[in-house]
Amino acid sequence: MTKQDALFQYCLRLGDDALILGHRLAELCSRGPFLEEDLAQTNIALDLTGRAQLYFQYAADLEGRGQTADGLVYRRPERQIYNHLLCEQPNTDFAYVIARQLLFSAFDRFLLEDLCTSKDERLVEIAAKALKETRYHLAHASDWVYRLGLGTGESHRRMQQALNDLWPYTGELFEIDDVGLHLLEAGIAADLHTIRALWTPEIRQMLQKAGFEQPADDYMHTGGLKGIHSEHLGHMLSEMQYLVRAYPEATW
Amino acid sequence: MDTQLALWEVFVQSKPGQPYKHAGSVHASDKQMALQNARDVYTRRGEASGLWVVRAADIAASDLADSDMFFEPANDKIYRHPTFYEIPAGAKNI
Amino acid sequence: MPTTTSAPDDFFTAKIKRGDNIEPRDPMPEEYRRHLIRQISQHAHSEIIGMQPEGNWITRAPSLRAKMILLAKIQDEGGHGLYLYSAAETLGVGREEMIEQLQTGKARYSSVFNYPALTWADIGAIGWLVDGAAIVNQVMLQRTSYGPYARAMVRICKEESFHQRQGYEIMAKMAAGTPEQRDMAQDALNRWWAPALMMFGPPDAESLHSKKAFLWKIKRESNDALRQKFIDKTVQQAEVIGLKIPDPELRLNAETGHYETSPLNWEEFHRVIDGYGPCNRQRLEHHRRVHEEGAWVREAAAAYAGKFN
Ligand SMILES: [Fe+2]
Ligand SMILES: [Fe+2]
Repeated sequence: MTKQDALFQYCLRLGDDALILGHRLAELCSRGPFLEEDLAQTNIALDLTGRAQLYFQYAADLEGRGQTADGLVYRRPERQIYNHLLCEQPNTDFAYVIARQLLFSAFDRFLLEDLCTSKDERLVEIAAKALKETRYHLAHASDWVYRLGLGTGESHRRMQQALNDLWPYTGELFEIDDVGLHLLEAGIAADLHTIRALWTPEIRQMLQKAGFEQPADDYMHTGGLKGIHSEHLGHMLSEMQYLVRAYPEATW
Repeated sequence: MDTQLALWEVFVQSKPGQPYKHAGSVHASDKQMALQNARDVYTRRGEASGLWVVRAADIAASDLADSDMFFEPANDKIYRHPTFYEIPAGAKNI
Repeated sequence: MPTTTSAPDDFFTAKIKRGDNIEPRDPMPEEYRRHLIRQISQHAHSEIIGMQPEGNWITRAPSLRAKMILLAKIQDEGGHGLYLYSAAETLGVGREEMIEQLQTGKARYSSVFNYPALTWADIGAIGWLVDGAAIVNQVMLQRTSYGPYARAMVRICKEESFHQRQGYEIMAKMAAGTPEQRDMAQDALNRWWAPALMMFGPPDAESLHSKKAFLWKIKRESNDALRQKFIDKTVQQAEVIGLKIPDPELRLNAETGHYETSPLNWEEFHRVIDGYGPCNRQRLEHHRRVHEEGAWVREAAAAYAGKFN
């Protein structure tokens, strides 16, 4: 594997996380529990989609041959999409939306902080911009974790359920394969071992303060890095890519 | 009974050093949420450097019925305005 | 000091006459207040329900750019609904109450949002025509007599400026695209033209609430005058991108300088307003479902604030 290939793959992964989670949040437009929260979720969706574009543009530039960010988004089949499975989990209810955002944003914050010191200048640039957004996403989700944890019996029960259901998707966030190793040695990729050591106590502490039982660290789902997903992803793509695939000659 | 949460008034500062101006209102249950909602509703186009939120119920406003006693007595105190004074021709920096 | 009962009315009339804004704490006739609540809440509901037909295409937007534009646009509409609810709230009606009136059918919203968004070109047509028509109306409302409503409109008009352009851009691209895209664009124009023209309300002769609204300077131009303004602008824009306005009787009156059009189907308008349009039931059901699904979240937030604030 050349450094160039690894970096291309790395950008796709970062981009796919942002793209797919952003898409999930975009689905919530006009479905917020109240108007202000509706706008808040859309803002996060916009941050993530904008960031996906930056990662994919970088990947497209690395690939060359006239590739574009949109080409990577709208013409890649499901087995070549590499987001973490957590990001594609559905908007079951508001508790799932917040739990997913908390678990991912807390991870993403450490990841982006690390990337701010990467040896790759373009990643540093993207990470510096994205970090500001992610800090806000995390603050927004954390506030809700307390409101739901300490609000009513129902909110506590729903959030606990969401945390229990989504926890098995968190192990994958810290998986390292050849791509990661290669780029870690080159001083480009984030160090997921260190991030895990930061992420775990932060999340566990917050859950405890918000009155939740700690979800158990048993079986962890895996597959995203290899393009093996839950059944949800195919449906997301079939909507997302529908126009481009139905009218391959058209530009929009 | 449904709740749409409490009403908060939002004040936006457009640039550092500028006064805070009333922008509108948002609904929110607590201060943190009110600030975040104000941010998402009133500063989406980068129009702010600062935000205040205050519960609408906590604002005291002057009453229209009192406006003559409140505001009219100030109208004839023209000596409070610099233009009231005659400055000899030729004086500078005053 | 307002010692006689007629004094508040005099104050109000004098202010209206001078062209001053009426502010929330000013005395105002009960009828003026009720008229405003009805109009502003209806306007707010239209913004909110209007998120749905466009929302229908967010997940299918054909490029990242298109997706972000559409998301930001629909988010703006939510914001507009919010500004308008706020303006209505200054008249002493709560958002809870307004939502209930919408969901029980007591309050209405613009009939145009009861039509379905069928293809991507509909997203273009909605921005170009529906937002285009809304802007003509809203520009007028910036000078409406009630202060909070007028100020909300100033803000809204500023934000609206990109909405129509993004829709027109989609139409222009599709009209210049493949034959299939071109057909989609023309088809969308065919379907949205009349509903957009009806957004200005019934012809002046039949307009129910207009007389008082003019007197109180809530409304400053007539339905027909606003509609004409919109038609004159839009016909030219259609020509530029090579689409055909779906009206065989459309012609320019050289004397007046205005376009003449065939009469609109007002029966359909009233039928759709009364609940029998293609999507009325779905629109309200969507709104109710989301509202009900969000109840536990709002309760949790309120309960948390009660405990810790
Ligand atoms: Fe709007
Ligand atoms: Fe609009």
